[in-house]
Amino acid sequence: MRTHGNGPAFSAHEVTKVYTMGEVEVHALRGVDLELRPSELVVLLGPSGSGKSTLLNILGGLDVPTSGTVWYRDHELTAADESELTRYRREHVGFVFQFYNLIPSLTAVENVALVTDISEDPMDPAKALDLVELGDRKDHFPAQLSGGEQQRVAIARAIAKQPEVLLCDEPTGALDISTGILVLEAIARVNRELGTTVAVITHNVAIAAMADRVLRMADGRIASAERNERRISASELEW
Amino acid sequence: MLTLDRKLLRDLSQLKGQGLAIGLVIAAGVAMFAMYSSTFESLDHTHTVYYDRYRLADVFASLKRAPLSTVSRLEALPGVAQVEPRVVVQVTLDVPGMTEPARGLLLSIPEHRRAILNDVHLLRGRYIQATRPDEVLVIEAFATAHGLEPGDPIGAVINGRRRELMIVGIALSPEYVYTIAPGDLLPDDRRFGVFWMGRRALSSAFDMEGGFNDVSLALGPGASSEAVIADVDRLLERYGGLGAIPRRLQVSAWFVANEMREMKTMGSILPVVFLAVAAFLLNVVLSRIISVQRTQVAALKAVGYTNREVALHYTKLALAVAFAGGVLGVAVGAWLGRGMTSMYSQYFRFPEFQYFLSPRIAIIALAVSLAAATLGAFGAVRRAVKLPPAEAMRPEPPASFKRGWLERSGLTRMLSEPGRMILRNLGRSPVRTLLSSTGIAFAIALLVFGFFFVDAVELLMKAQFEEVMLHDVTTTFVEPTSAAARHEVERLPGVLYTEPFRAVPVRLRYGARSRQTVVMGLPAVPRLNRVIGQKAGVVELPAKGLVLSSSLGGVLGVEVGDRIIVEVLEGRRPVRTVPVARLVDEYLGTSAYMEIGALRRLMREGAVLSGAFLKVDPAELDRLHTRLKVTPRVAGVSLSTAAYESFQNTIGQTLGLMITINLIFAAVIACGVVYNSARISLSERERDLASLRVLGFTRAEISFILLGELAVVTLIAVPLGLALGYLFCRGIISALATELLRIPMVVEPVSYAWAAVAVVAVSALSGLAVRRRLDRLDLVAVLKSRE
Ligand SMILES: Nc1ncnc2c1ncn2[C@@H]1O[C@H](COP(=O)(O)OP(=O)(O)O)[C@@H](O)[C@H]1O
Ligand SMILES: [Mg+2]
Repeated sequence: MRTHGNGPAFSAHEVTKVYTMGEVEVHALRGVDLELRPSELVVLLGPSGSGKSTLLNILGGLDVPTSGTVWYRDHELTAADESELTRYRREHVGFVFQFYNLIPSLTAVENVALVTDISEDPMDPAKALDLVELGDRKDHFPAQLSGGEQQRVAIARAIAKQPEVLLCDEPTGALDISTGILVLEAIARVNRELGTTVAVITHNVAIAAMADRVLRMADGRIASAERNERRISASELEW
Repeated sequence: MLTLDRKLLRDLSQLKGQGLAIGLVIAAGVAMFAMYSSTFESLDHTHTVYYDRYRLADVFASLKRAPLSTVSRLEALPGVAQVEPRVVVQVTLDVPGMTEPARGLLLSIPEHRRAILNDVHLLRGRYIQATRPDEVLVIEAFATAHGLEPGDPIGAVINGRRRELMIVGIALSPEYVYTIAPGDLLPDDRRFGVFWMGRRALSSAFDMEGGFNDVSLALGPGASSEAVIADVDRLLERYGGLGAIPRRLQVSAWFVANEMREMKTMGSILPVVFLAVAAFLLNVVLSRIISVQRTQVAALKAVGYTNREVALHYTKLALAVAFAGGVLGVAVGAWLGRGMTSMYSQYFRFPEFQYFLSPRIAIIALAVSLAAATLGAFGAVRRAVKLPPAEAMRPEPPASFKRGWLERSGLTRMLSEPGRMILRNLGRSPVRTLLSSTGIAFAIALLVFGFFFVDAVELLMKAQFEEVMLHDVTTTFVEPTSAAARHEVERLPGVLYTEPFRAVPVRLRYGARSRQTVVMGLPAVPRLNRVIGQKAGVVELPAKGLVLSSSLGGVLGVEVGDRIIVEVLEGRRPVRTVPVARLVDEYLGTSAYMEIGALRRLMREGAVLSGAFLKVDPAELDRLHTRLKVTPRVAGVSLSTAAYESFQNTIGQTLGLMITINLIFAAVIACGVVYNSARISLSERERDLASLRVLGFTRAEISFILLGELAVVTLIAVPLGLALGYLFCRGIISALATELLRIPMVVEPVSYAWAAVAVVAVSALSGLAVRRRLDRLDLVAVLKSRE
């Protein structure tokens, strides 16, 4: 278990993001202030187009805001150049994307190994697959796996490098209930067992019950934030 | 192995058809480079070693006759290291079993030791003995042509008397790597042979005792051949010197050098085209792969792969294809080079002709193919690197279609819905369409060049033998003689018509440049030996001034109207200034002509002639031959048809091989380009086409959409390729032009037609191959996958 300081894992101030498409300006984020604590599991709720993915991408160093500042611990992400952001992603962040984004020409275990190849202190790729209960499917190609299985491979890929931050963009968006629960359990376990700071985007309100904190986004802003008195385990979720 | 490299291997194996096509194009280019360069190097090495070991002279000079005491004066000249005087005479030969006469060149060699310069290499038999004056060595080419062996006799007309010589050895000489009779342009091993005979024996037969009529010199280190030549010419002037020449202009060495230059040119131009096409193909294919793998690139970047790693990954893909192609190319090039070398050894005779492909060439070949691949990959990979990961995460937005000028023109209204789809799709990425067409156009251009070359060489030989050399026999007299000799020739059996010529050895000077050559004096309108230009057609010789072949004009740097100094190298050796009346773009050689009357006036002589061209009744040919063999005045006889045949057997064969190779490689390019474009449009349109199938379109209909695109791309390529082919031929021709040979720039319509037909056929075949994939399209799988 690594030692965390007392400061926040993330802190974002006045973050805005404007996309310019020809003459149209899309204000995806209109001033977001945010702090995430180390080892915290946060769920981001909100309607489609409210800016959730944009925010998560900025936190993960995939994108840069139009204005505002974002800190990850003592790294100022908004001051980092492209190669520093790449290093930040490589060293600290695990991603789970809505559309899995597995490499179709690599098997499950190879997809995981793709990340452990470039990590400093990774776990064994096979063990990461065991964590998401896919040990017996490790030599299958993505095309031979169902959506839920692919998503679990994506999670194994994200956690195999033992990241300090795990960012998940609608990890259950394309899944049915029981598979969704399996996926969420895997995410919760990483948070619990490795102390990873986790942010999960969803528009499924029921999922919010497994979080430490729930942030609701609307129209590019954080509309509300509430702390759950009691976190329930993923298997108890109902939706 | 890193996981990313494993992905590379899987991507490669998925790409096998396309990878193979590109790899083969690279292999073709590399093979050409390796073939030409290795043959060049082998030839270069072989001839350098040969010249060295057998002490080929640096300067050659012929003269009328000088006393042997001149030798020490030659030796005393600054820069001269060694001097070898000799007697050289032309004779008519009487070969057993051959009716027509052959020409022989007898060279004297010392009896008691080997020659200091221009030593012979004995293949079989032994060296001559001083006690046996009739012993000779014969050059291997002539011996082979006649099946002569040591111990066989051969008849020669020496000073008007037939004499029996005894062959004791079969030899090669660095002076006659390429054995060609004086004044001829093509080798003829049956009718021209070189013999070496003891110095004493030859001198006494030709009244040359105590003298010599030919001399070879070796220079000391650092000596300039120009300076030595000037000194030698001055010294030999009073002995009837015919002008010394440097080794560079010695006939055999000059031919070898010309051939090597050609090889070098082909070896550097053609591969560039192939590699450029390969680079282009790699670019198109990689761009496509990267756009298909957009989300994979994004994922790689999101999980922390750096731009460098991503770029390297895709570059490696290109490098792997290039490396495989390069290795294959070097192997094939070595194989072809060996074949080409053995072909060259049929008319370039060396004691040993060792073929080798140096590691240097292999390394350059590989490096160049890898460089081409990197260049091709560059643009595509840069686009991958620039892809922002967050953006690539989302699915690619639907392609934006606009109603372009094509649609506004109303043209499309006449088309069916699939027809409209074809046009829209092509119009959507006009640059890509144009590039694909350009790639195919390159294939067409190469084919045009291949076919053109066949035509051009044929045309050249036709022109030379059916337009220029209208005579059947050329007779050359021992000495320039009076007009009476012509009548003597006219009375020979079967002679229908004779045309006299006057050939005067000269040195032409213009400013600092000079060239030793022969001015050919011909009637104003020659009938048996015409002067023909590629563009000018039949040229009439003006009453005044010189007519030079353009290449000789180039050597001297003269234009029409410039006044050239003509130093005559025979008789009273007048030096005159003559204007250049005309430059003629002849196909072969570096000739100078004058109207025969004008030449005689320049010589201040009467109706003197050096020889005559004859038109002969074919039925009487044998009788004529028999008579010519024993006509004392006639020193040499050459036959035009024989020269043509021998050309076909030697150079014709080599050219044939080169052309076949060019054509095969051009076909490889055509397949590579067309197949790749078809595969790429398939991979781009797979989803659309599958959707259409689901909507109820038939296989034939969706094939029409896909193959229709290919057809349009090919059709655009045809005119482009023909134009490119024309430019290509012009470029290569002007690069290939040597002093010896200018290939005519005439592309027959049929060459264009063949090239176009071949590519359309290849296109159709590729279309069929792709269509088979289309028929097996797995609708469910295509629609399920997001890519
Ligand atoms: N690359 C982009 N270009 C233009 N507009 C974008 C881009 N990415 C997101 N947007 C817009 O920004 C807004 C927020 O998008 P997003 O963060 O993806 O929302 P969410 O994930 O909450 O559905 C949307 O209106 C979306 O259309
Ligand atoms: Mg989103």
